[in-house]
Amino acid sequence: MTSTTSPATTGRRSPAPHGAPPTAAPASSKPGGGSSRLHRNEKKWALLFVAAPVLGYLLFVLYPTVFAAYASLTRWNGLGPMQFVGLDNYVALAGDERFRQALFNTFFYMIGIPVGLAISLALAIAMNRKIIGLTAFRTIYYIPVISSIAAVAILWQWAYNGDFGLVNQFLAFFGIDGPNWLADPTWAKPAIILMAVWKGLGYSMLLYLAAIQSVPRSLYEATALDGAGAWRQFRAITLPMVRPVTFFLVVTQVIAGAMIFTEINIMTPTGGPEYSTASAVFYIWKQAFQYRQMGYATAAAIVLGILVLIITLIQFRLNKRNSFAID
Amino acid sequence: MTTTTAPTTGTAPHRLGRKARSRLTDTVVWVVLAAGAIFMIAPLLWMFSTSLKSKLEVFALPPVWIPEVPQWDTYVRMWTDSFVLDGIRNSLVVSLSVTVVGTFTCALAAFALAKMRMPFKNAIFIGLLSGIMIPFPTLMIPQFVMFSRLGWVDTLLPLIVPAIFGNIVMIFFLRQYLSSVPDSLVEAAKIDGASYWQIFWRMIMPIIRPAVAAQFILWFMAVWNDYLAPILYLNTPERQTLQVVIANMNVQYATQRDYPLIMAASVVALLPILVVFLIFQRQIIESVALTGTKG
Repeated sequence: MTSTTSPATTGRRSPAPHGAPPTAAPASSKPGGGSSRLHRNEKKWALLFVAAPVLGYLLFVLYPTVFAAYASLTRWNGLGPMQFVGLDNYVALAGDERFRQALFNTFFYMIGIPVGLAISLALAIAMNRKIIGLTAFRTIYYIPVISSIAAVAILWQWAYNGDFGLVNQFLAFFGIDGPNWLADPTWAKPAIILMAVWKGLGYSMLLYLAAIQSVPRSLYEATALDGAGAWRQFRAITLPMVRPVTFFLVVTQVIAGAMIFTEINIMTPTGGPEYSTASAVFYIWKQAFQYRQMGYATAAAIVLGILVLIITLIQFRLNKRNSFAID
Repeated sequence: MTTTTAPTTGTAPHRLGRKARSRLTDTVVWVVLAAGAIFMIAPLLWMFSTSLKSKLEVFALPPVWIPEVPQWDTYVRMWTDSFVLDGIRNSLVVSLSVTVVGTFTCALAAFALAKMRMPFKNAIFIGLLSGIMIPFPTLMIPQFVMFSRLGWVDTLLPLIVPAIFGNIVMIFFLRQYLSSVPDSLVEAAKIDGASYWQIFWRMIMPIIRPAVAAQFILWFMAVWNDYLAPILYLNTPERQTLQVVIANMNVQYATQRDYPLIMAASVVALLPILVVFLIFQRQIIESVALTGTKG
C-alpha cells in the first residue's frame, strides 16, 4: 500500500511511507497498546497523512510561484543565466501590441459566458417538466462536456471549413453564404465562442437543473394561487433560488475562460488572421516555448494571474453586496 | 396564505383547460429540446460519419451523411500508420497512475483534515486551498524548468509526479463528505485500539467510497483530456499522450486533406471517455451536480 513510493518518485524525496504499519513511528507505539499512547501519536499520524499534499504544494505551487515572481524580473532563455532587469519586462508588456491583443481576445471570448448561462438556464427550466425522454436529452446535452477538447477543436475546425464544413452547409440550407470562419478576422472569434457555448451548455444546465429541483414545489404553488404568471414566478422564485449556482458558474467559467488555450492552439495554430484569435495563454506559450523568452513570458503569465485574481475578488465583492440587497 | 381555498370549488372544465394547456406546453418544450439535442449531437455524428467516408465523399456537395460504402479500413490505417496506439497507452499510464495514487493521497489527507487532531490544521487546509488561486499557466514555466533540470522532458513523469501528491479539489470534497460522519465513530475505533491506518483503511475508506468513486472518474476524465501540460513536455511521437497525437495528426494530415483519418483518430480519442460516461452516468451526474451546489 505504499503507493506513493512508486518508481515515479525516485530521485526526489518521496513523502513518508503512508502504508507502513504503525511501528514506523519513532515512539514505536504498537496497535492495541492503549488508547492514551495512540492519542499522543495522533498529531504525528495526522501530519504524516497530510504530508504528501503539503509537500506537493510546497514543491509544485509555492516554489514555482516564488520562482516565477523572480524570473519575471529577468531576461532569461530558460537555460543560461538569468539577467536581472528589474521591471523592464512589465514595462515592455504594457507597450506590447500583441499581448494587448491577446488579452483583448481572451476577454472577448467571455461574451460566451452569459449567453451560455442564459441558454442553459432555459434548458434546465424546460427539463424540469415531466416529459418523455428526459434522461436521453440530459445525456445528449452532456456528451460535449465530457468530450476531449482536442478532439472537439479538431472536429469544429473541420466543421468551420468555408467550403465543405458542416456549419456553412447548414447555413446554405437557409440560403446563407457563410464566411470561411476561422480565416476571417471578424468571424473567427464568434466561431470559437459558438463552439465553447456548445461544449459547455450541458454542464451549466446540469447544475441549474439540480438547483431548480431543490426549490420546494410549494413555493411555486403558493405564488400560482396568488395569481403570479410564469414570468413573475421566474423572476421572483427561480432566478433568486439559482443565484448561488449562477455565481459559481460565472466565477469558474471566467477563470477557465482566462486560461483558454487548447482550442486556439488547435484551430488556429498561428493565432488566427491578424492575430484575432490568440489568447493570453497562447501568447505566453509561444513566447516561452517557441521564442525562449522565459523571463518575458513569465511576466505575462503573472499579469494574467493577477488580472484573474482581481476579477475573481470583484465578483465575490459584488456577490456579497447583491445578496444583502435581496435580504 | 390561506386566502384562496378556491381550487376545491374550481369547476371541472376550468381544470381540464389548464391540463390541456400544460400538455401543449409540454409538446412545445419537447420539440425545442429535441431540436437542441440535434444541434448538440450533430457535430459528433458528423465526425463519426466523416471518419467512414471515402476521401471523395468528404468533399461532396450536398453533404453525404451516410457513406455509401463505410470505409472501415480508415481505422485499420490509423491503427498501423499513426501513433494512436502509443497515444492510448501513454494516456492510460498517465491517467491511471495519477488517479489511483492521487486518490489514495487525497483520501488520506482528507481523513486527517476532517477527523484528526493536528497542529495548524486550518492553516494547512487554507494554505492548500490557496493553491487553486494560482493558475497553471503561471506555474508552467518554472515547473518546466524544474523538470527539465531533472532530465524529465519527453517523459511522462512531469505529468504524473506533481499530480500524485494530491489534488486539493478532491481533498476538499472528501473532507466535506467526511464531515457528515460522526466523530464518535472514529473515537470508538480508537478506544478499541485500532491504529490510525486501520481506521482509515477499514473504516473511512468504505464510508467515503461513493464520493471517492465519483471524484475518481471526474479526475480520470480531466487527466485523459488534458492537452496543455502534455504538449509542453512531450516531443517524441511514441511518447505523446493521445490528445497530442491527434492534434499532431490534425496538422500533418490536413495538408493531405485526409479528413477521414483525422476524424477517425478524434473518434478514438473520444470513445473511451464516452463509454465510461455512459456506464457511470448516474454517479457522474450526481457528483457534478453536488460539486456545483456545494461549491
